[in-house]
Amino acid sequence: MAGESWLTEFPQMSREGLLAIRKSLDATYRDFSREYGDTIESLFDPLLSFLIWFEKLLLNTPWPLIIIAITALAYVASRSWKLSLGVVVSFLLIGYFGMWEDTMRTLSIITVCTLLSIALGIPVGIMMARSDRVQSTVTPLLDIMQTMPAFVYLIPVVMLLGIGRIPGVIAVVIYAIPPVIRLTNLGIRLVDREVLEAATSYGASPTQRLMGVQLPLAMPTIMAGINQTIMMSLAMVVIASMIGVKGLGQPVLKSITNQYFTLGLFNGLAIVALAIIFDRVSQAYARRTQKHMEGSDHG
Amino acid sequence: MAETLVKIENLYKVFGANPASVIPLVEAGQSKDEILAATGHTLGLQNINLDIGKGEIFVIMGLSGSGKSTLIRHFNRLIDPTQGHIFVDGVNVMKLSARELQDFRRHKMSMVFQRFGLLPHHSVLENVGYGLSIQGLGKDKVREKAMHWLEAVGLGGYEDQYPSQLSGGQQQRVGLARALCTNAEILLMDEAFSALDPLIRREMQDQLISLQHKLHKTIIFITHDLDEALRLGDKIAILRDGKLIQVGNPEDILLHPADDYVEAFVHDVNRTKVLTAAHVVNKTLLTLTGRTSPQQALDKIRERHGDYACVLDGKSLKGIITLREAGRALNEGAGNIADYVSNVSCVPDSAELEALLPRLLVGKDDQPIGVTNAEGEFTGMVSRRRMAEFVS
Repeated sequence: MAGESWLTEFPQMSREGLLAIRKSLDATYRDFSREYGDTIESLFDPLLSFLIWFEKLLLNTPWPLIIIAITALAYVASRSWKLSLGVVVSFLLIGYFGMWEDTMRTLSIITVCTLLSIALGIPVGIMMARSDRVQSTVTPLLDIMQTMPAFVYLIPVVMLLGIGRIPGVIAVVIYAIPPVIRLTNLGIRLVDREVLEAATSYGASPTQRLMGVQLPLAMPTIMAGINQTIMMSLAMVVIASMIGVKGLGQPVLKSITNQYFTLGLFNGLAIVALAIIFDRVSQAYARRTQKHMEGSDHG
Repeated sequence: MAETLVKIENLYKVFGANPASVIPLVEAGQSKDEILAATGHTLGLQNINLDIGKGEIFVIMGLSGSGKSTLIRHFNRLIDPTQGHIFVDGVNVMKLSARELQDFRRHKMSMVFQRFGLLPHHSVLENVGYGLSIQGLGKDKVREKAMHWLEAVGLGGYEDQYPSQLSGGQQQRVGLARALCTNAEILLMDEAFSALDPLIRREMQDQLISLQHKLHKTIIFITHDLDEALRLGDKIAILRDGKLIQVGNPEDILLHPADDYVEAFVHDVNRTKVLTAAHVVNKTLLTLTGRTSPQQALDKIRERHGDYACVLDGKSLKGIITLREAGRALNEGAGNIADYVSNVSCVPDSAELEALLPRLLVGKDDQPIGVTNAEGEFTGMVSRRRMAEFVS
């Protein structure tokens, strides 16, 4: 029939061709991971041992001590009694409903992921802010990292490193690092040109400009990025549990497969509680340290 | 004239993708608009030649878009020229390496910005000491010097405030103190007072003038305000569309505008408000002392076809002796002219003509007024006729 032309049917590649591409790519990657998998895995050993050490520390410390430590941190950062009280109540409830150990595991992996994201993300953001070329190459990469379904990049990570904590951390960092990179870049680019010019005109070296002017002035924006990064890594915990990351994500996964509504709800709420605590404390901290920058402008 | 401290030669600045390619067109005499239409490049500055003397306030004046802010950024190379030379104190600034340039900026020049450019996360004191602290000076030393300059601009007691807690005028005082704190010889002021309201602006101008009396810096001052230019400038350069159209002292600009553009500019200026006694003072006057003999006085006055001569007592003005009084002294056989000197009133050279005018007009017999400088020394006289030349 005339309708069976290339106009109505997309002229697609032959099945054999597609199959060949898939086979060759998969085979290449499989060979690569067989060849180098162990080497790459050993590169992550220090990180793994730190993760395990930190998790054990959180699990083995008596719970009242943990609550006191976390509350003290929250108070020092935010100087708010209300918020600190909220922290105590949430952790008591979490413990009372039997989620203490999972929460500690999640807390440890989130802390490591966040620190890792900051440590990697801020330098990348700085490089982006310094060069338009770096910005135009990194931006599409960030777009991919944020939109590519997490399961897709979990496959190669698992193929390479197997299941466990490290692939989980990698997956979480890939998903959660873009905000801190983007906002570091944005924050530095938004620094008042005249202030930077002033620093230059007094003979500030590039390092003095970066550490003394650009980073401090970009800090509110960078803090917003870090905040987003924490939120996104908490959201990723459930997905990471599919590749063997222990913590609050696993009961959630279990309750999805077994239709345990209450179990899912409790663990979900525990994640929400952690998220709210992280968010409020980090925001309060940012606001408090940047207070003098707002000021009332009485011209 | 003072020795040249800053020299700019054949400076061109073109903004765009390939600035150097446009220079031949500029040299061929094409206008800014033609070049923009033909090549998409913006001509920022063309063929700028300037000599700025040591210790003078050099004002660069122009409307927005004239390239004045671009020009001032060439002095410390915040902007690099497309072509041309910049010499400061004999040093070719264009030849400096990154490291040398950094040192040059630290010690040779400091800058005050239109919107202050203060570091919002540092206290006022830290801002003032910024230049010194990036030089690596010890904390106590920086603090001590910063306190000194903060007090010099009248902001003692504000040291622990943050810039956002201060008013615009106060913030700019901090900016000024910061610039003075590095003890740089040259001060670049980019529309430093333009963001302030008129009253504060005037106060700041006065403060700058009085600081300059003590410090004798070389100040390059950018403004779009002719009144400000005339008030502050020892010399004024007028910039239009990236081209210098006139360089001269304030009287030159006011009294001999180079073209219609400058003429239109100065048209509305109230000269009696802008010019001071220092501008109209007649310095080439004949001066005598009380011990001069009548005959000598008479001869000297006649020699110059004048009506009177000034009589000095040391460096200050004693009064004047008119031709008639000198004649009377001779007739009466006086040994010297001391007793025939008539008193005249004196004004400081900072007095505005506005204030001088009524005194000249009500004075009897076209009597001139003496002018003294800040130290009270006599500098010259202002007569009714001389005044008329300037005001009309």
